[in-house]
Amino acid sequence: MRDGHPPNFADSRVPAFDRVQWNRLNSRTKPAVMRMAVVLAAAILVAFIVVPLASLFFHLEPRDIVTALQTTAAQQALRLSIVTTFISLAITLLLGTPLAYILDRASFPGRALVDAVVDLPIVVPPAVAGLALLLAFGRNGTFGPLFGALGIQLSFSTAAVVMAQTFVASPFYVRGARAGFAAVDRTLEAASRTLGMGPLRTFAYITVPLAAPALVGAAVLCWARALGEFGATIMFAGNLQGVSQTLPLAVYLNLESGNLPVAIVLSVILILFSLLVVLCVHTAAARRTG
Amino acid sequence: MLHFDLRYQLREFPFVGSGDVPNGVTVVEGPSGAGKTTLLRLIAGIVRPQTGLITLDARTLTDTAAGTFVPPHQRNVAILFQEYALFPHLDVAANIAYGLRARKIPHEERAARVARELERFDMETLAHARVTELSGGQRQRVALARALVVEPAALLLDEPLAALDVATRKRVRSELAAELRQVNVPTLFVSHDPNARELFPGPAFHVERGTVTQLQ
Repeated sequence: MRDGHPPNFADSRVPAFDRVQWNRLNSRTKPAVMRMAVVLAAAILVAFIVVPLASLFFHLEPRDIVTALQTTAAQQALRLSIVTTFISLAITLLLGTPLAYILDRASFPGRALVDAVVDLPIVVPPAVAGLALLLAFGRNGTFGPLFGALGIQLSFSTAAVVMAQTFVASPFYVRGARAGFAAVDRTLEAASRTLGMGPLRTFAYITVPLAAPALVGAAVLCWARALGEFGATIMFAGNLQGVSQTLPLAVYLNLESGNLPVAIVLSVILILFSLLVVLCVHTAAARRTG
Repeated sequence: MLHFDLRYQLREFPFVGSGDVPNGVTVVEGPSGAGKTTLLRLIAGIVRPQTGLITLDARTLTDTAAGTFVPPHQRNVAILFQEYALFPHLDVAANIAYGLRARKIPHEERAARVARELERFDMETLAHARVTELSGGQRQRVALARALVVEPAALLLDEPLAALDVATRKRVRSELAAELRQVNVPTLFVSHDPNARELFPGPAFHVERGTVTQLQ
């Protein structure tokens, strides 16, 4: 069948619609059937994403919002999530921007290896990342005694939350920033140099502004990933209220302790944040192409 | 006077050439891919030669024997790139002002010099236009103004007419020729247009498979 999805002729239970009938359909009907099949497939997947998220809103009781947000646990989780995600974003921007730049521009031995290592946290399960962090920086980990001697205990602290988020989320920024730098026309940088700007000023006045939409998009994605971080955080930082209990952990704890309404309210807050992020990224992408 | 004596390995053949460029326009002709653009990039310092010497007036810009390499932003050698390489996130005035900003020229003098260039190239009304909205001929004038406003010690033009359509090219060619005749620094005019030498009679180079020969 060249155009349109053929009905299943092998299935004898559908004699009502046979090959003759299918072939008799005119050229307008066949594309219509095909289009319906495509729309149906698309609709199923979209519904599969929308229905669970929407049901969170259906189960949301307006009066629960007030009571949930009045609990210190929820307030602390909200504050902790906002503070830690912005700190990990700042660290990622500071360390990840030079890394993204040299991964795109410099050639050095082992570059491919560094490139692969940077991407690892994207594919490593977050729980494994948390265990790895624990074994490296935990009290009995490789570097634990070193920090212990300095009077610093990293695991099960707010610092551990930031470390877990940075570990898991930074690759999203580095990848996006790198693609942004790669898309900058090198001739424009050469033009800037010949007009008298040194390498640093050329980076600041030409490279960064031209890569800005990609950098912002990557930063937003990185922040969103940090906000949703759960597995590595609970392994390495624990689930201590006010110290390491971020929003996703608070959702989990409230669900476990039978406090469903609070879990729902916190989930809705997380979804609204994510929605904002998706809108930001899409607007930035639209501006880049348009 | 600009003097060069260079050797640089290209993908398929080495670029080898030496010559002297007096003040005024010197045409560099030859088929595309012969290494004409490479000569400009070497002189501007965008690429480093394996061996070679470049001197401009009394300054040594590149001297591999002595280990001298002046970075491009300290050479004061301006390039007009083939597609003009205007900064798309800056308006016309900011593009022209860019080299003055690099030299930390005070704001008032900068504005005055940009205004002078805008007037000279008849673009006063376009000062705050986005460069992406300009016609080919206008873009070329912005690029030329941006290169000349810094009063470069040498000027390099890479096929300045190639990005224009045929009708515009005819008009712009004579305008450009008139402008360039007033420029009294060593100027290399790269073109694969055989008419370029009629426009600028005088010294010329021919580049073929990376080998530079001085004509006349």
